[in-house]
Amino acid sequence: MLTATGLCKTYNTPQGPLQVFSNLNLTLLQGESLALMGESGCGKSTLLQLLAGLEQADAGSIALAGQQLLLMSDHQRALFRRQHLGIVFQQLNLIPSLTAQDNLAFQARIAGKVDLDWMETLTQRLELNALTERYPHQLSGGQQQRVAIGRALALKPALILADEPTGSLDERTGDAVMQLFLELVRDSGASLLMVTHSARLADLLDRRLTLHNGQLQ
Amino acid sequence: MTVSRFAQGWVLHALLSHWRRHPLQLLMLACGLIAATALWSGVQALNDQARNSYDQAAERFNSLAQTQLISRAGGDFSEQHYIDLRRMGWKVTPLLEGRLELPDSQSLRIIGLDPLTLTLPGVQSSRSLPGNFDLSRFLTPPGQLLVSQSTADSLKHLWENTQVAQLFISAQTGRLPDLQVNPELTDEEVITDIHLAQQLLQQPGKVTRLLLTANPPGPLPEAQQALLRLITAEDEADLTRLTQSFHLNLTALSLLAFVVGLLIVYSCINLAFEQRRPLRRILHSCGVSQRQLLGWLLAELLLLGVLAALPGLITGYLIASLLLPDLAASLRGLYGAQVSGSLTLQPAWWLSGVAMAAGGVLLAAILPLIRLMKPATTQPEDKSKRFPYVCSWLTLTGALLWLIALLLMQAGESLASGFLLLTSLLFGAALLMPACLNGLLKLAERSSRGPVSQWLWADARLQLPGLSLALMALLLALSTSIGVGGMVEGFRKTFSGWLDQRLAAEIYLRADNPQQAEAIEHWLADRDDVEIVLPSRRTEISLQGWPVELRGFKPHATYSDHWPLLSSLPSPWEQVAEQPALLINEQLARNLNLSPGDSIQLPAAEGDKTFIIAAIYSDYGNPKGQLMLSIERMLLHWPDAVAGSYALRVQPRKVDALMQALIEHFSLDTSNLFDQQAVKGYSTQLFERTFAATHALNLFILGVAAIALFSSLLMLSAMRLSQLAPVWACGISRRSLMLYELVKLLTLAMLTALLAIPLGLLLNLCLVKIINVRAFGWELPLYHFPGQWLWLLSLALIAALLAALIPLLRLYFSSPSDLLRSFSHDN
Repeated sequence: MLTATGLCKTYNTPQGPLQVFSNLNLTLLQGESLALMGESGCGKSTLLQLLAGLEQADAGSIALAGQQLLLMSDHQRALFRRQHLGIVFQQLNLIPSLTAQDNLAFQARIAGKVDLDWMETLTQRLELNALTERYPHQLSGGQQQRVAIGRALALKPALILADEPTGSLDERTGDAVMQLFLELVRDSGASLLMVTHSARLADLLDRRLTLHNGQLQ
Repeated sequence: MTVSRFAQGWVLHALLSHWRRHPLQLLMLACGLIAATALWSGVQALNDQARNSYDQAAERFNSLAQTQLISRAGGDFSEQHYIDLRRMGWKVTPLLEGRLELPDSQSLRIIGLDPLTLTLPGVQSSRSLPGNFDLSRFLTPPGQLLVSQSTADSLKHLWENTQVAQLFISAQTGRLPDLQVNPELTDEEVITDIHLAQQLLQQPGKVTRLLLTANPPGPLPEAQQALLRLITAEDEADLTRLTQSFHLNLTALSLLAFVVGLLIVYSCINLAFEQRRPLRRILHSCGVSQRQLLGWLLAELLLLGVLAALPGLITGYLIASLLLPDLAASLRGLYGAQVSGSLTLQPAWWLSGVAMAAGGVLLAAILPLIRLMKPATTQPEDKSKRFPYVCSWLTLTGALLWLIALLLMQAGESLASGFLLLTSLLFGAALLMPACLNGLLKLAERSSRGPVSQWLWADARLQLPGLSLALMALLLALSTSIGVGGMVEGFRKTFSGWLDQRLAAEIYLRADNPQQAEAIEHWLADRDDVEIVLPSRRTEISLQGWPVELRGFKPHATYSDHWPLLSSLPSPWEQVAEQPALLINEQLARNLNLSPGDSIQLPAAEGDKTFIIAAIYSDYGNPKGQLMLSIERMLLHWPDAVAGSYALRVQPRKVDALMQALIEHFSLDTSNLFDQQAVKGYSTQLFERTFAATHALNLFILGVAAIALFSSLLMLSAMRLSQLAPVWACGISRRSLMLYELVKLLTLAMLTALLAIPLGLLLNLCLVKIINVRAFGWELPLYHFPGQWLWLLSLALIAALLAALIPLLRLYFSSPSDLLRSFSHDN
């Protein structure tokens, strides 16, 4: 499903080049869920962004659903993301100008993959029925993350990339949202790569990797 | 406990550090303040310069605001009357004024006076003569000419021509008079002793006016009664009154520019204060009280205002210098007012400029200050949350302003109420616009089918709170351009057609004196190439305080076939030829509320005479009232009316030859002999110069609106990243996002421009039907210029495109990490 080989990434900083990782390899199977752990600033989010095509690696290759991500232009990567990836960030996932319902359906609509039954299922299971006409600023943090999860899943993507999706929520709300998220991911049959600090949440996933000194262990 | 006075310096340091971190915000704030101050103070400099010139003229010689004796027939009269009246105990002082034509189309306004009687006790002596006046040099041959520096330079150059120098050389000493430069004098103005003036103007023994320096000892003696007319200050309209509308128009435009500039200032201060909410919380927790904080914020604003005032005033000075030549020319052409060609700025102008800048910045900061001082959240407030509430208030206030405009339309009669009506209309519309745009975008969002177009319009609505002020500025600028531009174009079209009708004769000439007039009449009578000679006479009278020119003409088809009459009795020309009837110009008819068929009493030599108004004619560009009657009837009642003006009907191919012959026989020149084309050319040129300042101000306002749009977009661009990042993450590339941003902005600019068209037309209607009538006394036909709208529409789009260029390029070249920073702080 996903194969990343020999990935290198270095940032230029005022203090000089900062190597985040070099020659990093990663494989994720179809339907598999993987927790990516590590200390703050070790490069977990950067790796996730490289895999999402949001950032460009300095070297290496990323094969995703049979396509080489690093050979694509910015525009082609955007089209690829639209069709195959669902992304959930820690915060500010939603488009502020659209209602919850329109946010939820946005990516599926622009990808031309609208499945109304699936959308209905998501709305019900995420308990968004009463919130569909609300705008992001009218929703609580937990409600916003549920909409963001719904949007990532509405597309029925091959791969879901999540960067601490419940990191900004309190533990109780976070657990509830996470449970729902994992259930829905399994039901959709998508692969999942999730960045998390929580060992407890990592235990809920099929596999766990830790990024340390630029290498996955 | 609060922090000590010494430590408070650090509070200001902390507050000012915001601008160091946001230099662009500071730049935009300065731009807004400089633009507002520059346009306001520039126009004020022009108005002050003009008013100072009028005041100097009025205070030196009391030209129009002083009790005085003038010839009933207009023109000059014998100085013997002055001698006789002095002997009879009348405290009068003589004045001779006239224009001395010089080579290369140059001319001087000669003012001859008698300093001995002018400075008698009781006269406004302190300001009557310039400060550096030296009596003995002034009176002793070869005499002295008091002039401005520029006139002194021209004269020195002109005196190199011996023919010109000969005019000035003293008969007694054979020397040229001394030139005494005085900065109080306007260019082309020459003050000298009355005897030297008589020599220069070739009017020995003549005066044009006798100024009264004390109350008259009794009624005017019979010998003078027949020839002279006593007019009091209240009877005459002075230059200030005549030119008031002209200056009011300019002031109104500069005030609009000031407000548009303040919109930029408001938007910058608002953003800066929103961003400084956390700082306020920190300072508060460190022991800085609300009152101290407010004090420091006010001090900071005042400092910014004063610092921006200086470049603003310098820019204003440059703008005024740029516009002054056109303004001076149009004031001279329209009202005969002499305005100095170089700016002399008073300390009051500098101070008022600084006060306007400081006051403006404080005014713009009122609402942001109130919001900042409210104990609210520490996070910058989300404008979109507040927008529906703000929008409702704006709509309500806008509707109220329109209601006021409606009431003023029904009830107002003065020019000031006319301008209040325009202000209410314009600002009411600007306040109603955000709700209007919001509605239109909502409609577009609802009717859009695709998710991207739905997002596009929804996102445009989201941007509306941040862009509303800039779009309001654009609406004000565009509608003013459409309204004022339409009025000017309509005026141009009407004026041009009117000139074609009115200037039907091929040649116009004016004799220098009655003897020459008689000789010309005889000479013309023998010419075969002249089809008809149409003489006219003129005199000045006053009707209910309005200066009125009474003109006698020879009834002829040249007039009846061409003159544009607005309304008339049946056969008006026949009535004027055969009965005591006359024609009245539109402005006087409106001022005196007269219609065809009404009767009017005019002060004649043998008492008041009654005439019937046969028709009203349009008389654009004339600030004075005018009445036209047959020359025979005029001679009957005003025998001293000045003769010497003629319109000649000639076959077009013979015009040049006849003009050449006139020049050769009577030494006429371009100052008193014109062909039809020359008159039209001069009038059109005067028209263009009159509206040059208006055009320039319109353009400046549009420029300020473009800066407002640019500043808003630039300041929003950082905030936009977090709004666009989720869309980018969903699979819309940065290139597409940039294009969508452009489409959104151009759509908003286009919608604003489309809303500006009906508003501009309404403005045009008010200017033509209300302001012009109240200011100048004439009503213009309403014309529409769709080409002009299209041009402004394109200009709005170009302004929006230019304003969006840098923010869009910033978005396009923003690194993915900038966008990603929106999602997490882990990077």
